[in-house]
This record gives sequence, C-alpha cells and structure tokens, in this order.
Amino acid sequence: MAATKTAKEQKYDRQLRLWGDHGQEELENAHVCLINSTASGTEILKNLVLPGIGAFTIVDGHKVSGEDVGNNFFLSNNSIGRNRAQAATELLQELNTDVSGNFVEESPDKLLDNDPEFFHRFTLVIGVQLPESTCLRLGSVLWNANVPFLVCRTYGLVGYMRLVVKEHTVIESHPDNALEDLRLDQPFAELKSHIQSYDLEGMGKKDHGHTPWIIIVAKYLEKWFSEHNFQLPKNYKEKEAFKQLIRQGILKNEKGTPEVEENFEEAIKNVNTALNPTKISSGVDDLFNGEQCNAITSQTPAFWVMTRAVREFVQNDGGGNLPVRGSIPDMIADSEKFINLQNVYREKAMQDASVVSKHVESLLQSVGKPSGSISEQDIKLFCKNAAFLRVVRCRSLAEEYSVETVNKDAITCSMDGADGEMVLYLMLRSVDRFYQQHSRYPGVYNYQVEEDISKLKLCVNSLLQEYGLNVSVKDDYIHEFCRYGAAEPHTVASFLGGSAAQEAIKLITRQFVPFNNTFVYNAMSQTTATFQL
Amino acid sequence: MADTDEPEKKRRRVVELTEKMVVDGGSRDGGEWDGRWNHINTFLERPGPFTHPDFEPSTESLQFLLDTCKILVIGAGGLGCELLKDLALSGFRHIHVVDMDTIDVSNLNRQFLFRLKDVGRPKADIAADFINGRIPGCNVVPHFKKIQDFDESFYRQFHIIVCGLDSIIARRWMNGMLLSLLVYEDGVLDPSSIIPLIDGGTEGFKGNARVIFPGMTACIDCTLELYPPQINFPMCTIASMPRLPEHCVEYVRMLLWPKEKPFGDGVGLDADDPEHIQWVYQKSQERAAEFSITGVTYRLTQGVVKRIIPAVASTNAVIAAACATEVFKIASSAYIPLNNYMVFNDVDGLYTYTFEAERKENCSSCSQVPQDLHFSPSAKLQEVVDYLTENASLQMKSPAITATLEGKNKTLYLQTVASIEQRTRPNLSKSLKELGLLDGQELAVADVTTPQTLLFKLSFTS
Repeated sequence: MAATKTAKEQKYDRQLRLWGDHGQEELENAHVCLINSTASGTEILKNLVLPGIGAFTIVDGHKVSGEDVGNNFFLSNNSIGRNRAQAATELLQELNTDVSGNFVEESPDKLLDNDPEFFHRFTLVIGVQLPESTCLRLGSVLWNANVPFLVCRTYGLVGYMRLVVKEHTVIESHPDNALEDLRLDQPFAELKSHIQSYDLEGMGKKDHGHTPWIIIVAKYLEKWFSEHNFQLPKNYKEKEAFKQLIRQGILKNEKGTPEVEENFEEAIKNVNTALNPTKISSGVDDLFNGEQCNAITSQTPAFWVMTRAVREFVQNDGGGNLPVRGSIPDMIADSEKFINLQNVYREKAMQDASVVSKHVESLLQSVGKPSGSISEQDIKLFCKNAAFLRVVRCRSLAEEYSVETVNKDAITCSMDGADGEMVLYLMLRSVDRFYQQHSRYPGVYNYQVEEDISKLKLCVNSLLQEYGLNVSVKDDYIHEFCRYGAAEPHTVASFLGGSAAQEAIKLITRQFVPFNNTFVYNAMSQTTATFQL
Repeated sequence: MADTDEPEKKRRRVVELTEKMVVDGGSRDGGEWDGRWNHINTFLERPGPFTHPDFEPSTESLQFLLDTCKILVIGAGGLGCELLKDLALSGFRHIHVVDMDTIDVSNLNRQFLFRLKDVGRPKADIAADFINGRIPGCNVVPHFKKIQDFDESFYRQFHIIVCGLDSIIARRWMNGMLLSLLVYEDGVLDPSSIIPLIDGGTEGFKGNARVIFPGMTACIDCTLELYPPQINFPMCTIASMPRLPEHCVEYVRMLLWPKEKPFGDGVGLDADDPEHIQWVYQKSQERAAEFSITGVTYRLTQGVVKRIIPAVASTNAVIAAACATEVFKIASSAYIPLNNYMVFNDVDGLYTYTFEAERKENCSSCSQVPQDLHFSPSAKLQEVVDYLTENASLQMKSPAITATLEGKNKTLYLQTVASIEQRTRPNLSKSLKELGLLDGQELAVADVTTPQTLLFKLSFTS
C-alpha cells in the first residue's frame, strides 16, 4: 500500500514530528490578529505563517515610513507612504500560500471605540509596540471575551512579552525528563503474575542475560521485602545494599568470575529511579482539588470533565494512583520477553482508560451531554498524560497595573540583583509613563537625549512611589533607555519574533507549556527572565 | 474592513503584486532612503553607560558596516536564512554565504528564502538572490561549495564568521581552520590574526549560541564533551532481538538492503528517494510483524533512515538573532560580546542559561600543548585508532596516521582512500614495536574534524 505523502505533509514534516497532525490541525484552524506590523510584529507573524497558521489579520493604522522599511524584512521601500498593514500583509502572505492573510487599515484605538467586538473572532491577539493606554483598554476587552492576549515589544536592546490568558489547560505538556510509570513499589495484579512467571534461578544462561531489568528489580524487591518488613530501600545505604543484592544475582562461570550480563547492569543503574514511590504530583493534586474539577456543569470544558473522571478513578478504582501510563523504556532483553512485558503495561493502561471512560460517560450524562461528546481517543490521550497535566492562569493586566493588586513582592525580590531583568521591566513601565506625559518616547532625536534623562528619572520615581516600591533604579539604566530612543533593532525584534511565535503556537496547539506571565530579554547580556506579575 | 470575499482572487492578486515587488524590489532605487538606518544609528552614534570600553560613538561606524565590514555566513539553511536577513537589516552589506546543499520541500517550513519552485536549486544561490532583491544595496555572494573546498586565503578576508551548521564535524573543521590562521610572534598571539567565530545550533525547541575568539576563549574542541557521541543501537539488537520499531527500520537499512539489493547491484539506499523509503517502510513492517512490534509508520521510517531532527522556524529565529546581535556588537564595538555561551529551551516557558565556557588546558586543537599517546610497545595499531575515535576529547571519525620512519614519511593507516586502506589494513593488527615506532616518536594524524594535521607524541608505557 503506497503511503503517499501530501505536499503539505512533506513541507511540514519537520514540525509535525514535534506537535503531530492533531497539533497542525489546531494551527490551521486558528486565526491570529496582529496589531502593528512593525519589525517585531512581522517577525512574529513570519514564524506563524511559515508553519501554516490558518489565517492572520493585521490591524495597523500607520503609514509606512523610511525608518519602518529599514528594519523590516516585510516592507519594501516602494511601499513608503502606503498603509503599513496592507504592505506587510502582501509580503507575509507570499511566504506561504496555505495561509490566508488579511488587513485592517485602522488604529486599534479606533476599533476599540467603534467595534470592540471585532477582536472576539480571533484565536489569539498579539499586540506589538502598544502604548500603555491602548494596551490596557484592549486587555480589558479581551479578558472579558476570554480571548488570549500576547503583548510584545522591542525597546532598544530589550525584548518584552506578557501573556494574558485566564486559564489555559495543557494535556500534552511533553516534559523533557519524565520519570517512568513502572509501579515497582506497588505492582498491579497482572504485573505481579507476569513477574511470577519468571524463575531467575531456574533459567538457562541465555534467558538469564536477556531478562528485562524491570523483572530483575521486581524479583529482588520481593526478596528485599521479605527481609525488610515490606519496606522499600529508603536511603543511600539501603539502595546500595539492594544494588549489591542484584549484583550477586549475576551468573558466574565455572571459575567463579561473573559473566557479562548487561541487563543486570541496567537493573543496578536504574534502582535509584525505579524505586521512587508511585505517587501523584502536587501539581496534579491541585488540579483535583480545584474548583473547576468539583463543579461539573454542561459548560465545563472537556479537560475538567476528564480531570474529574480521573479523580474518580484515583479514589474508587486506582487505589490512590493515576491510570497506568502504559509505556516502558527500551531495555536489554530478547524481543519476546520485552514485548510481553510491554503488553502487560499497555493492557493495564487500556483497562484503566476504559474505567476512566465510564466515569466520563456518567459525568456527561449527569449534566445532560451526549456520551460521545468526549471521544475515546481524547480520553486515552488524557490518561496517558495524566501525570503531566498543566494549567496556566495569568493575572489580568488590570491586576498587574492596579496599585491595590500590584505584585510588589515579585518586583522587590527580583530587584535584589539590581542588574537583573526586573530593572528593565521597571524602565519599560517608566518610558510608558513618559509617553503618557509627553506623547513621545524619550531620546528619539539626538538633541533630546540629555534633557530627557532628568524627565525620565521623574517618571521612574513617580512609578516607584505610586506603587510603593522600595527599590532603586541605577541612573545608568535611565541614561541607557534615553539612549535607545525607542529604537527597534531588527535582531532584537527577531529574537522576540521567534519567542512570541512559539508561545502563540503553544496556546493554539495546546501542547507544551506557555510562560507565565512576563518575559524579559536582555540582548546586552544575552540573558532572560520570567516573572509572574 | 478587510476583503474577505473571493479569497482566491485576492490571493492571486497578492501573489502577482508581490512577485512584481520582489523582482523590482528596490535595487533600481539605488538603495538609500531617509531614516533607513535609524534603528541602529542610536547604537553607533550615541555614547552610553554600558558600551564596550573601546567604543567611540561616531557617524563613521555605520559606513564601516555598510562599506567595509566583511562577514561570512556558513550554512544557508534554517539558521543561515535567518542570519542573512538579520545581518542585512543590521547594516552589513558585504556578506558571503557557503552551503553545499540544494533545497528540499521539507526545508520550506522554516527556510523562508526558498519557495516550492526553488526545490533542487543550490541554497546559497537562492538565498543570496532573495536577500539581494529584498534588501537594496546588500551584496550577498553565494558559494555552492563545501567549507573544505576553501583554504586560508579565502577565510582570512573576513572580519567575522558566523556558523549555522547542522554538523559537529563541520564545526570542528571551521574551528580548526580559524585556529590555523592565528599568528604567534615570540609566543605572543597577534590579535589582528584573530577572526571571531559565532556559532549557533538548534534542535527542535532547543538551541545554543556561542562566541569564540580563537586562541583566546574556549574553542569548539575545548567543550567537545558537551556534545556526547551519537549512540547507535547495538548490532545484536538490530540483528536478532528487536524491541522497538526503530530497531526494525535499522535492520532493513543496515542488513536487509545490502542483502536484497532491491534496486539493483551497487545501488545504495538513497534516503531522499521516496521509492527507497517506501521499500524500507514495507520491509520494516514485515520485520515488526514477525516480532509483534507495533508503531512502524512511514514517518518513523523516514525519520530513522535520514536521522531527521525535528525543526521549526521559531527556534532558528531566536538563535540566529542572538548570533547576529553578537556580530553587530563585535563589528561595532558597541557592547561587550556574549561571554560566551547561551543555551535556550522553550519547551516549558522560555529558559536560557548563559555561562562562560572555559578553555581546556590541554585542548587538542587550541592549547598548543603537545598531545601524548600512552601505549605499550606491544599494543596493536588498532588500539591507537580506537583511542583516537573513542576518546571523548578527540572523537575523531576516520583518523589517518603517518610517521617518519628511517627518514621517510610512512602512512601507517588511512581509511578514506580504498586502495590505501586495503594496503595499510594489515598494520592495524601489528604492534607498535613491529611497525618500527620508537618511544617519543611523533605521529601525525589527519581527520575530517580538523583542517590541520594534529601532532601526537608516542610515549611507551612499560
């Protein structure tokens, strides 16, 4: 049977290996709004258009200036004087004909005045180089409409992102270093009887050297249990003793020297992690105890219905444990032994998932929803990822900016380092103040640099005072931010473009975990920091 | 409001318009307009509290970038395309780009200078054309060549070299080349012979960017242990006890194909030929069925055969941007450069870690400390070859060893030329003593990982 790959599959092959066909589908169904097609904006969009976002709409009332063309790959000099949204749409659209590009020649403020519901249609709104007032107005509209909002700016050698989303749930977080779910501390019945079927002492040499390490550890654990009152090896000393016990099980030849049995070496190497007690992480526990999990209604999103179903499983069927994940790592073994062992875990996982499925069904029924509304496939995926579920909840911009709810602690603690990224955040807030007062940013023209330093310093001080922040900002930073003249150097815009686009993709595909909630990039030192403000 | 009716008509008109624009671009306009360089001028013309101690604000710095500064970009792929754009929009006009590859459909999700119509054409050529057309005044010179096709006289002309490579071997070679350009007078390094090397690498959602001043800061080989050798599956697993779908694919690729020669005698497996992959896929499925292994898909098969590393536009954008920022800093002296290694990962939030990689005291490439080889005179030459390939700090691929014996230069073993390999193969099972090697003897070793021959001193152990 010929497995012909479509042109799209070929083109997107390298990214499909990261987020799968289902992730790609989400991407292709998404419509992203970009406000302001400056270099930062077009670089963000470029990294969404290339992987095949469904559609984008640029909102921008500005006309293209010579300065705009100088740092923007998607504006050419014969577009000077034309509407910037339109000009940028053309060159971005050209990158990928799968994508639908649109533009609105209007300032966001006007749209907020006349038609705020315009923004409700988007999967995500990305606001670039927005003045504070526009940003807060838009933030409020999007917060109430439950549309995720990503604020981005490039200011001199500083990049900044702020994610505003009420609640974003992630099933497939793809953790980098996940511990295996082997249940060696509390083997389920089928695993127990499978382990029973092995007789290490009675085996031939070939079988002995090709028995999976999981079986070996399990067998020796049984021995250990009988001699240690059914307690797991707890500390370093006990674990070493346990490893020794296993080592003694290595076959010896006629001369008494141990044979080379790599599977036993693997067993010994894996003792430290394999004996970790099976337990539910505090993160997942928090989800179980959360409000969304307790109050299931017909409006409850599938994520929470499934979380509740898994909680029911944990309490009623799983003996306090999550459904078995069903995967085991590769290990030295002959094919048959490995496959058989793998199937024991796989079948248990399927069984557990079908029990969870029944809980899902009864929950759906209890709120009058059809039982097929959450698919078996989704439930299976959920169960497989039950240990890695994540929820990201960001505070609103209103909360960040309000004197009553500003996160003073986060700011003051991070300012301990005095030269970290937090001072850059405070400077960005300060230049916003400057803009509010003077309708321009500091130091744009050479002659302004000197005189703006003292004006900017006043803004810094008033900011710190208003929020009651007992920190000091070095004069050097005030000088530096005047020096920047609100420039948007392309390389910094491009760094931000890559960073922001990937966060957007995470939000759209619901895979991998978005940042929470403020990200600052310092191109001078090539360092970054994330704050929760 | 946006025209959302007749999207196809609109799209066609947009394509028409942009094709015209890309061609007419701006090159006929001479290349300058008001405000063009405003976004970088502030960094060149204004003093500041964080600038490099050597920095002097001047209106001439921009001219240096535009007219004089010569940058070499190695690779016109995921990182290369980004680098060319970033440099061109940062004032650099004299840019050369080297890439030996042609364009493939799977490049198009991130290598944005290429279109479907360019598939099969040389990356360097198309990339240069695109940039030159889009950025008036920029003069990117393409080289559809391997980096090894050039010698010192080529590399010496550049002020800064930026690498966007996908191979550790190529990186090491580039590293070695720049080290070979260093001039020492009375043991003191002449700073004007240093060409800074900015190196970027990406894999999925991970990446790194580093700044190397050859002879002064840690070089690629100083930190070779950061790149652990690629682990391949053991042969016995592939041959007789597969457990994973990957094992089944490797079996077909390594054992079945040479046996069955499905496309004729002497026809090697071409990973880019969909028919070949299809054959491997079907045979892998059969192999898997034999052992009750599930999970062999076409995508997995292709991934294993081509050793595919997943890739997206965003990571490449981030890493290339960081590298280009460093090029700008160094070329303009505007800021102190990254010192010297940044690691990036955006799987969970965004994470970076910046640190100073240290020089290795006895680095085989940059330390100028003669490398010792300790072997017993009865050790076989094969053991020396194994050491050179397996040692974590050397990780050579196919070392060729020569020595001066009785006044004559003798090749002890060389792998890369079949006839010489055959002739010298018996030497592998001879002892060092048998081969006539003496204690303290110098051995010259050549390998793809370095443009220069490395000298080792043979020290006999008792």
